[in-house]
Amino acid sequence: MRYAPCVLILPMSDLITHIVANYNYWIYITLMMIGLYAIIAKNNLVKKIVGMNIFQTAIILFYISIGAKKGATIPIIEHAHGDHGAGSSAVHAIEYINPLPHVLMLTAIVVAVATLGVALALALKVYQQYNSLEEDEILDQIREK
Amino acid sequence: MSSQYPALLVATPLLAALFISIAGWVYKKLCFPIAVVALSVATYASIGLLLRVLNEGVVHYRLGGWEPPWGIAYYVDHLNGLVLVVVCVVALLNLIGAKKSIDQDFPDKIGPFYTLYILMVTGLLGIVITGDAFNLYVLLEIAALTGYGLLAMGDKRAALSTLNYLYMGTIGACFYLLGVGYLYIVTGSLNMADIARILPPLYESKAVLAAFIICMVGVWLKMAFFPLHAWLPNAYTHAPSASSGLIAPLVTKVMIYVMIRLIFTVFTPEYAFNTLALSNAFVWLAAIAIVMGALFALAERNLKKMFSYIIISEVGYMVGGIWLGNRAGMTGAVLHILNDALMTLCLFLVASNIVYKIQGHSFDDLKGIFRKMPVTMGALVVGALSIIGVPPTCGFFSKWYLISGAVQAGQYGFVAALLFSSLVNVVLFFRVLEIAFFEPFGDHDGHGHTESIDEAPLSMLVPLLIVALGLVIVGVYTGDIVNLVIQFAIPREIL
Repeated sequence: MRYAPCVLILPMSDLITHIVANYNYWIYITLMMIGLYAIIAKNNLVKKIVGMNIFQTAIILFYISIGAKKGATIPIIEHAHGDHGAGSSAVHAIEYINPLPHVLMLTAIVVAVATLGVALALALKVYQQYNSLEEDEILDQIREK
Repeated sequence: MSSQYPALLVATPLLAALFISIAGWVYKKLCFPIAVVALSVATYASIGLLLRVLNEGVVHYRLGGWEPPWGIAYYVDHLNGLVLVVVCVVALLNLIGAKKSIDQDFPDKIGPFYTLYILMVTGLLGIVITGDAFNLYVLLEIAALTGYGLLAMGDKRAALSTLNYLYMGTIGACFYLLGVGYLYIVTGSLNMADIARILPPLYESKAVLAAFIICMVGVWLKMAFFPLHAWLPNAYTHAPSASSGLIAPLVTKVMIYVMIRLIFTVFTPEYAFNTLALSNAFVWLAAIAIVMGALFALAERNLKKMFSYIIISEVGYMVGGIWLGNRAGMTGAVLHILNDALMTLCLFLVASNIVYKIQGHSFDDLKGIFRKMPVTMGALVVGALSIIGVPPTCGFFSKWYLISGAVQAGQYGFVAALLFSSLVNVVLFFRVLEIAFFEPFGDHDGHGHTESIDEAPLSMLVPLLIVALGLVIVGVYTGDIVNLVIQFAIPREIL
């Protein structure tokens, strides 16, 4: 219990170092919250769709950032061909960024694009029916019937 | 051949979807036969796979021969063997039952409809069979995207309600993806069995806790667990009957399977029930979901919307049953996946027949319909008895397991919620049956001969009768199903 207050109330400088050290997480959380806010609070259907896309992009950026390493390079092995010595063929994973999250995100990007397409198509259909994209106006029209 | 069943199960519908979309351009009459053949093959493979699991135990399948942590592995055990059969059978029966209503509702979109239908089944089968956490996300989105297409083909309000479903569904899937990301950070693996092997020393880690909570919220959004249910009723009500007959019984049930898989295989029951002290809170949430679903259903004057709220209530049954954390509760929950898929299919096939004949699904349209469609309404009576939980039908047995599990766990609030929802279901269905039986027939079609029998075509009645009969047969053979299959689906360490 003695240590609890120290953990809860970080000194200002510690907090800043904490934020700076993990800035990628803070960026993705900020973006995610912007997206979530737009989906929940915006009245316009297309703004909601944009919010949804920001939300998806935040998670894609999160995945991309976890593959990164300090001082590492792109995962293409140099001199892999023609150099068959035991020492030179050993690959040090620390020197290369992790390509797996990036590959996963290629799939997630495809999914995001497909979702965006379907969402816009639906918004178009809604617009053709109600002649409006504002949610409150549409709900008014539905109630009047 | 039988060693390739896992691949066949997913590949057949996937290829069939391609052929159907071609047939939609060339010769429309071919679409339906191709779809039926594809789903029949899938059903055959799923039953063969379940029998193999019963004889030999867990089936491992490596796609392309790659070793598990690197390649994608399919695992079939007793739990998903059973769910695979449920998905295939429900999809096949609804497909046959829906043909006439598809021809009636959108004759010019036959090709696209069957393509989406079969793709959706592919997605659901893939979700159930896969042993890879990221693969599950992709298939989740395949099932969801095709589902949006199927739902949006409905009446005038379908596009708006589907759009709302799309927002919520995307958030749900993204949350799941984020949770998988946290798991990947701490374990460096995406294979479910591999994650479970690496996790135990990390149980105290906050990242694992975050992963667990985020994944749970994601799947809860997708299964419409009470506070996150808002998208479901409108999306299912305004959908065409052919789509709601596929999506309503299967999507929520498959998502419950995903939750069970996450608890059993990825995080292990040890972590979910012992390390986390949250099960009590989750059972209470489930109890609230059951009560609220029942109350919302009570307020509805529309048949399909009432059924949708009953689904929300039933989701509470299954979530609560799992989080009771004992063998009886989990048996009840897994059994209820099977039973509820059949019961919901029965209800929505009834709705489909009614919509086919009288073009409406509000209570006012149902006046005197018993005399007009006696067979359909007879099936509704069986379905209603099962939802209420009257003994020979299957609904009674899963409810019995759930209640005995809740009593064992000392969760009397959950028992009360289950009993309350049963009582409300009695009121709900007797109100419908009263209107259908005693009220004089309204003259919406303007003809004089309204009292004569005017049933839905045979191709819609046969699947409905099979399902209604199935409700009783599954009820009678509950003992065998539990002893042969479900018993082994639940991890041994749970008492």
